[in-house]
Amino acid sequence: MLRFLARRLVLTVPVLLGVATLVFALIHLVPGDPAVSMLGEAATPADVAALRTRLGLDAPLPTQYTRFLSEALRGHLGQSLRTGRPVTTELSEKLGATVLLAVTAMVVALAVALPLGILAAVRANTWIDNMAMALALVGVSMPNFWLGPLLALLFGVHLGWLPISGRGPSSEMLIGSVPRVPPEYLVLPALTLGLALAAILARMTRASLVEELAELYVRAARARGLTMRRTVLRHALRNGLIPIITIVGLQFGAVLTGTIITETIFAWPGLGRLLIQSIQFRDYPMVQGCILLIAVTYVAVNLLTDLAYGLADPRIRYE
Amino acid sequence: MSLRIGITLVALAVVAALLGPFLVAADPRSQELALRLAGPTWAHPLGLDELGRDILARLVAGARVSLLVGVSVVSVSALVGLLVGGIAGYAGGWVDTVLGRIIDVLMAFPGILLAIALVAALGPSLRNVVIALAVIGWVGYARLVRGQVLKAREFEYVQAARSLGASAPRVLLRHVLPCAYPAVLVQATLGMAGAIVAEASLSFLGLGVQPPTPSWGAMLDAGRSHLLDAPHLTIFPGLAIALLVLGFNFLGDGLRDRIDPRRR
Repeated sequence: MLRFLARRLVLTVPVLLGVATLVFALIHLVPGDPAVSMLGEAATPADVAALRTRLGLDAPLPTQYTRFLSEALRGHLGQSLRTGRPVTTELSEKLGATVLLAVTAMVVALAVALPLGILAAVRANTWIDNMAMALALVGVSMPNFWLGPLLALLFGVHLGWLPISGRGPSSEMLIGSVPRVPPEYLVLPALTLGLALAAILARMTRASLVEELAELYVRAARARGLTMRRTVLRHALRNGLIPIITIVGLQFGAVLTGTIITETIFAWPGLGRLLIQSIQFRDYPMVQGCILLIAVTYVAVNLLTDLAYGLADPRIRYE
Repeated sequence: MSLRIGITLVALAVVAALLGPFLVAADPRSQELALRLAGPTWAHPLGLDELGRDILARLVAGARVSLLVGVSVVSVSALVGLLVGGIAGYAGGWVDTVLGRIIDVLMAFPGILLAIALVAALGPSLRNVVIALAVIGWVGYARLVRGQVLKAREFEYVQAARSLGASAPRVLLRHVLPCAYPAVLVQATLGMAGAIVAEASLSFLGLGVQPPTPSWGAMLDAGRSHLLDAPHLTIFPGLAIALLVLGFNFLGDGLRDRIDPRRR
């Protein structure tokens, strides 16, 4: 297991370097002078020159690159052009709200997907299966930027049950930068983010479980007199869930990027909303910071997923 | 069954995009400010938007944008993916290692995030959306094609072609790559759905197609501020996106079942 762990960690280094290089390259893709683009056409040459110096844009490209990497490694990502505060400070304040939303959405997704997928697999090729999978396909096809407003319209506007924006009046923290949010504020954003994932997971659970149910050990368990319920829950599901771990892990990345739209819809004060606001203000250091943090989190979650998979299925370690 | 539903939904959108101006009399850009936010009537079956423009006419014009983005992104991505994946798989050795690393890095980056980053840097426009989505799109095809090529190059007829003296490009193009076409076709169909949603997402965030060009995502974004007084601004564009994406998903699923009988 240690060798597997070491190999995966080593493989992550070039990926992280690639991610950092792409984020560095971003500012150089801006057409024309990025400093002019940030300050606007009305800026004086002195202001532009000052910003170029502040962002280090007047140094040769290789120097800029090595400086960016060494600063990023030490957690220094510059200052926000909009607020003047360190990018890292702002990011750490927003990260908690995004993590809270993403984790709640994953819980919602699993709570919906597992029962639906199991039911469809156990009743494979019946109308229950067809209905469940059609429902899942509709879920996959429903973009979250439509689902969100529809849920807000139904539960927020018509029924008046749930608030449709923000995270409540409290500014207390639960742990670290994770805010204490009244549950009613979390319901609509988490459903919006979680239901599409639930649809994907339900389809995967069904596919994986149908394969397991065709295995000989399942027939043997049934022949020994085990009930269908026990056979599925104790035997088939255990093996069938292994690929689901990978999908859940890989989809966490999709959830993380999904927060960008969900946070925009529900004015949720997290990283995604900060990213979009920073793009609108051409606050490039903040844009770079947001993208780097989301991408590194994504890589880290993928790494953890691989490790979990390696733990769950020893064959993976020796590939 | 799913193939038929898929074909019907996609055909509807294609017909709307091609024949739109003949089917809907209203101009998608002309404004009737006195009737802004009006709900559905006989004259305007889906109502009017915040500037008094006919929503049906804008949806039909938006179908053109969505399909154009989908087709451009998918064709560029699939072509680049076939080429890169084909070369990586067929050549093997250090070529495969280098291309594989590039693919790994791009796969490790969440796709839509990279697209947002690219559009944020290049500036929002239809052209930049297509560029950004193609930059993230080809990677999936390359990985798929590489896998298929690794399998196909060991087939006996491929080895026979090689031993008859056929050049590497000829073997790759005539004998190996065709094995990957069915899988690429399925991926491309599902990729259409992905590209359409991605374009709509970027436009919804204000980073995609710019006004006054009608885009379903931008229409949804505009509808958001009128959720309370004019929900039809949100309902119809979203329905159009969902139906077209559902259509491509059904089509992709149906094609996959048709191509791979084990899945039936």
